[in-house]
This record gives sequence, C-alpha cells and structure tokens, in this order.
Amino acid sequence: MPSHTESSIEVAGCAIRLMRGGEGAPLLFLHGASGAGGWSPMMARLAESHDVIVPEHPGFGASDTPDWLDNIHDLAHFYVDVIRALGLDRVHLVGVSLGGWVAAEMAVRSTRYIETLTLVSAAGLHVKGVEQLDPFLMTDEDRLRAFFWDPALAEPMIARLLSPEAEDVNLKNRAATARMTWQPRGHDPNLHKWLHQIDVPTLLVWGDTDRMFPARLGEEFKRLIPGAELVVFPQCGHLPQVEKLDAFVGAVRGFIERSADRSAS
Amino acid sequence: MKIFNFHLMPYQHADVDAIRRNGSAWITFSNSHYDAQKGAELYHDYLDQLEYAVERGFDGVCLNEHHTTAYGMMPIPGVLAGALTRRLKRGKLAILGRALPLLNNPLMVAEEYAILDNLMRGNFIAGFVRGIGAEYHAMGINPSESQARFDEAHDLILRAWTEPGPFAYEGKHYQFRYVNPWPTPYQKPHPPIWIPSQGSSSTIEWAAKMRYTYCQTLSPIATVARFFDMYREQADRNGYQATPDQLAWSNSIYVAETDEIAIRNARPHLEAFVNAFLKMPVEMLLPPGYTSTESMKRVRAAKVTGKSQTIEQMIEAGVVIIGSPNTVREKLAAYQDLAGFNTSLTKTQFGTMPDSMVRENIDAIAEEILPYFRDRLPEGTAKAAAE
Repeated sequence: MPSHTESSIEVAGCAIRLMRGGEGAPLLFLHGASGAGGWSPMMARLAESHDVIVPEHPGFGASDTPDWLDNIHDLAHFYVDVIRALGLDRVHLVGVSLGGWVAAEMAVRSTRYIETLTLVSAAGLHVKGVEQLDPFLMTDEDRLRAFFWDPALAEPMIARLLSPEAEDVNLKNRAATARMTWQPRGHDPNLHKWLHQIDVPTLLVWGDTDRMFPARLGEEFKRLIPGAELVVFPQCGHLPQVEKLDAFVGAVRGFIERSADRSAS
Repeated sequence: MKIFNFHLMPYQHADVDAIRRNGSAWITFSNSHYDAQKGAELYHDYLDQLEYAVERGFDGVCLNEHHTTAYGMMPIPGVLAGALTRRLKRGKLAILGRALPLLNNPLMVAEEYAILDNLMRGNFIAGFVRGIGAEYHAMGINPSESQARFDEAHDLILRAWTEPGPFAYEGKHYQFRYVNPWPTPYQKPHPPIWIPSQGSSSTIEWAAKMRYTYCQTLSPIATVARFFDMYREQADRNGYQATPDQLAWSNSIYVAETDEIAIRNARPHLEAFVNAFLKMPVEMLLPPGYTSTESMKRVRAAKVTGKSQTIEQMIEAGVVIIGSPNTVREKLAAYQDLAGFNTSLTKTQFGTMPDSMVRENIDAIAEEILPYFRDRLPEGTAKAAAE
C-alpha cells in the first residue's frame, strides 16, 4: 500500500496540491514558508495514527496563485473552504511557522472545525525587544543554517534547495512568503487581542534556540491562549519537526491522545 | 543632443573600508557614519555644482530618490529641487524619479510635482520609478505589491493632473473621497513624463506604449542599444515611430587633458562608486516578489551585484566615458549613433570625487563637449529625417 497519495483539488477557484496518508482522525498539517515539500518522515510518522492531510498553500509550489491572495487572513479563510470541500467535520490542526500563524488566525475566527490546535515555532505574534533574524536579508544558505541548532542538519536541505529544478519553486515560495509576511514583518498586530477566544486544547511546540521566531513568542502564545501547554525542546532551532523528530511526534501524539481522554471523561 | 547634469549626491566622506566590511552602503550601513557638519557642506556644494553646470551650458539638471544609503543623500528630492528652482536661470529640472509604490499617499507627488512645475514655469520633467529593491527593505513596503502600487499611483496622479476635481478615486491600494489637488501643473495637460529603469522588458514595453521618455540607468552601451531597440520595436507595435528624444542614457563623463590623466584622476572615485557605494547583496537588490521569477533567475545567475570592476573595464564596456576631449567627443558621438538616443543624463561627480575636480570637469565638458553636440542627432535618424 502506498504511504500516501498526491492529488490536486480545486477550492475557491484555486487548484492546490494535496498530500494525504494514514488512517485515523483527520490531522490537517499547515506547512511553513519553505513550502510543503515531499512526504516527510514527520508526516509518515504522524500517519501511523492519523489521516494526515497536507495541502500546499495557495501561492506555493505546485498550487495556484489566486488573485485573491493578499495576506495571511486570506489563507485562514481559505482553509475553512478546504475543510468543507474535503467533507471533514473537525480536524486536529497542526501548523508550523507561517502555517502556525494561519492556524492561529483560523482558531480566533472560529473553532467550529478544530478538534485540537498545535502551533509549532509559529509566526503571528510580536513581542517588543525580542530579536528575530530578518529572513529577507539572508542568503538561502544562511537562512537554512539559521533554522537549526546543529547547522550541519541544514546541508541536505541546502543541496535540495540549490538544485536547478528547485529554483522555480523556491522563488515562488519566497514571493508568496513576502506577500503575506513582509509588513508588519511576520505578525499581525491585532492577533494578540483575540487569542483568548480559543476554546480548544492547544499545544505549543518550540525549540529553545529558534532564531526566527524565538521561544519567547511561544511563551506569549501560552500566556494568551487559555489552558495552552508549551513544550520547549533543548538544543533545537526553528524546525523541531526535523531536528527533534521523535520527541516532536511523541509530543503531538501524546497531546492529541490526552485531549481525547479528557473530552471522553 | 540634450545633455543634462545628473547628481546622485553621495555621502562622499563615507569610510569606504567600513562600507566594504559591512558589505554594502545600503540599509545596514549605520548612519552613525554620517557627519551632519560635512553633509551640510556637501548639500551646498552639490547644489552649487548643478547650478554651475546649467550656467555653463548644460540643458538641465536631474535628481533622484534613494533611501537609507550613503550612495545618495536624496531621500526627498523635492526639497533639493525646490532649492534649485529659485536659482536656475535657464534649463530644465528633472526628478528621475520619485518611487511611487513607497508612498502611502501618491497624491503628494501630484502636489509636489505640480508645485515644482509652477516654480519652474513649465520647465519641469516628472520622473516615476518603482525604486530598487533596497527601498522596500528601507521603507517597509511589500515588494510583491510594488508593480500594482506603481500602476495605481501613476493612474491616480495622471487623473489628478488632467481631470477637474473633486472626484473620487477607488483603487485597491489607494482610496480618496476627494481628489482635487491645488495647484495643478503649469504645463498642460501635464509635465513630460520620463521613466528610468534598469532595463525591465515590461517597463520598456509600457513606457513605449505611453510614449514616455525612457531613461536607461548605468549599463554597458551595447546593452543600452539593445534596450533602446526594444523601445523602438514596441513603439512600432503601438503604431508610431519613436524619436531619439524619447530615449535618454544615464552615464558618467570625466574629461581631462589626456586619456592617461583622466583615467588616473577618475580611478579612485569611480572605483569607490561602483565597488563600494553601488554594491549590495542580491537579497537587498531583489527582495522576493519585486520582479518576475524569470528576471529574478537572470539576475541571480549573472551575480551582477558581486563583481568588482576596474575603471578600464567600465570604459571598455562603455558604461562611462573618460578621457581627453577628443576621446570623449568620439565615443559619445559613436554611442549616440549606435544606440540612437538624443538625451544624455551625465554625472560629472561620482563616488568620492571632490568639488574642485567636479568643477574642472564641468568646465571641460562645457568647453570641449557641449558645443560639439548641441545640434547633433543620431546618424541614422538625421539621415531618415533628411530623406
């Protein structure tokens, strides 16, 4: 049996690429600024217990760039359409980095379609005085190295990114990221006002040496979202789903199971 | 040919080694390197140079706009233009140009340019640009909206100049309940519009369609000729023949007694200009979304921003003209014939060049070059016109 399927679906006049694999409760995974990529070890591991659904955001990779795509809010609204189009009722929503910001924006609008919420190294908030690297004034190589506590882990990603066939996708992803995050840089100044409305179990996962969206931002999400749990991995940068794969999968699965137990009891 | 004096107004006292260590004179080069005592003197020297150039026979002066850089101290060119309007006794004043997408209120350019056109009693030229990628880092404007904001701002300004107000403007990026600028331009229906560009094919296509004068920035003359050919082809496609007056080449000229002396004198200043003041990493020059994926790939592949150049290479490529009066006359004539332009936007100061040298250069150009070009047209055009 294939580990996953790949298809293209059209939602709100926009064709997007969709990867899907595994069985169980649906888990909608929203990728970060580097794009959806391929079916990763993290996705494969989560698919052992869940129906893992990974759309590629409008504007990224093989997905269309629709005229209506201006900002992160457009993505948040779009994914409500996607959930409906796929006939899903409630999903475990997991978003990393830019995808975490989209997930948070969805959750402040409504948790009607959200069973649990997991934000990983999420963008979306700004805390005065917290230093963040400027991803737009770095070379691709420097940016990828800065993602990791152990920069050696960046080398395979760099090799993939710098291949000629990856260049078009990379430039497209970068342009879409700029469109949605350039100003205000990587956050929405209104988001913090409404995070208190989130009324589903929420897990926050960060690396302790995230230089893009530092763990201090995770603490801020925790302060603002009622009952949110924060897990910070030591010796880990911006991509805990890569750098601490086992711990990451364990944390997400454990959180989802605990939430199910709680709602059953 | 019309020969304008173009000034970039660099902060020429910047520590060139510090710029090199920082990797660029733009965005991240700290303004703690700016000494206002020295800067004040530079502003007055530079304005004096421009006024002097017009006194000596240049056809006009050009300013431009860049932000957050030692490369040029003109983030608000209208202020300097305003100072010039009261002193220029003849000639044209051009701003090449204001970077429209950086503005949250482009109506202010409609107002500013209308005032300048009034002050100049109709001798003002209105330049519009998108601004280079670095400005988007400096001003916090989303580069992926650059083209759309430019198109809309241009549309708004043209309507503000040509339609009786008040009227409402409802764009995607700009909305105004009352568009009704006072004053309106002196020239009717509006000042001539000039479009400087690094050579984007979509800009050339658009400028030709609108019949705006196209200005090619710092490029080898063979490239300039190719871009001007593109403009002429686009004009043909739009059903008219472009004239040489619609094409302007932006260059640097330095004249001394002999080629050898000219190269020796100009070398440190030109090489500081191109290898320090102008330099920036590609991430700064081309932020994502600023231009199409195709252009982005071309520039990344060419790695244009990384190369150091010598004065000899720049002369050889015809980016600049430096030499004896005879050499400069011959080359400028040959380049005019090759590329078919009738306006030269000439920097007489570049990089670290001090005031005394600039004045000697202006004198030499005024005496040895300008008279020879006053009535000169590109060879082919003169012939075509005669037939």
